[in-house]
Amino acid sequence: MSNPSKKISRTFPSRTEQLLEVREFVSEAAREFGFDDEEVANIALAVDEACTNIIKHAYQYARDKEIQITVNREHDVFEVRITDEGRPFDPAHLRTPNLQDHLTHYRKGGLGVYLMRRLMDAVEYNIKPGSRNEVRMVKNLFRAPSNTRK
Amino acid sequence: MSDFKVHQRDGEGVSVIELKGYLDAHTATELESAFQKLLNEKKYNIVVNCRDLSYISSAGLGVFMAYIEDVRKNRGDIKLTNMSAKVYNVFDLLGFPILYEIFKDEKEAVIRFKEGKKG
Repeated sequence: MSNPSKKISRTFPSRTEQLLEVREFVSEAAREFGFDDEEVANIALAVDEACTNIIKHAYQYARDKEIQITVNREHDVFEVRITDEGRPFDPAHLRTPNLQDHLTHYRKGGLGVYLMRRLMDAVEYNIKPGSRNEVRMVKNLFRAPSNTRK
Repeated sequence: MSDFKVHQRDGEGVSVIELKGYLDAHTATELESAFQKLLNEKKYNIVVNCRDLSYISSAGLGVFMAYIEDVRKNRGDIKLTNMSAKVYNVFDLLGFPILYEIFKDEKEAVIRFKEGKKG
């Protein structure tokens, strides 16, 4: 709860069976930082969605690649950076889908990015073609106000 | 060892599938197989009991999307029940309550199917 090490990083193989461990890794970091159960679950889901997209789209289910997850915890900001070396993310996916339209046409998939945006305070992509892709997500922690005045 | 289990129970004109554990991109294929099996058996009145479902990601939600059309074409439906608040929240964020009937209890969903038959 108090003063967790600010930066932690771990590399996972690009396999869907790793998603459970990915969620556990991020959940522990978020819980230590002070998020409640609901927020911990939301952050873990957002990270699961990002990694699922990497496995499916960037690596096209190749099982011998790597996904690096780095968590930075500073002040009241919880930042997750997820990097891969697969195919660049298609910016067309950055458009916020019309959810009603999406649902009424029974379209499968494509909801991960929408969920990430709903669950986190900020989601951005840094794409360096030919080298690596990074998705950066931020969740702010609202701590109970202290008595001290600034 | 699997993090997710599907169990099918067949009642009078209604099939119930119980979900247990973590439904993500890794385990979603197990739910796909369960729906495919129901379609092969021409069982289109489906209740999905989520009482022991601990987690769902969009990969899991995508499975419901993939089968609902075929099920409804055959005058059936997929009704969802017994969700925890955490799981319901994900369904709700993606607007699923517009598309699917969600009940607190399995019995209510089964009754709804039976009412539908009379009408």
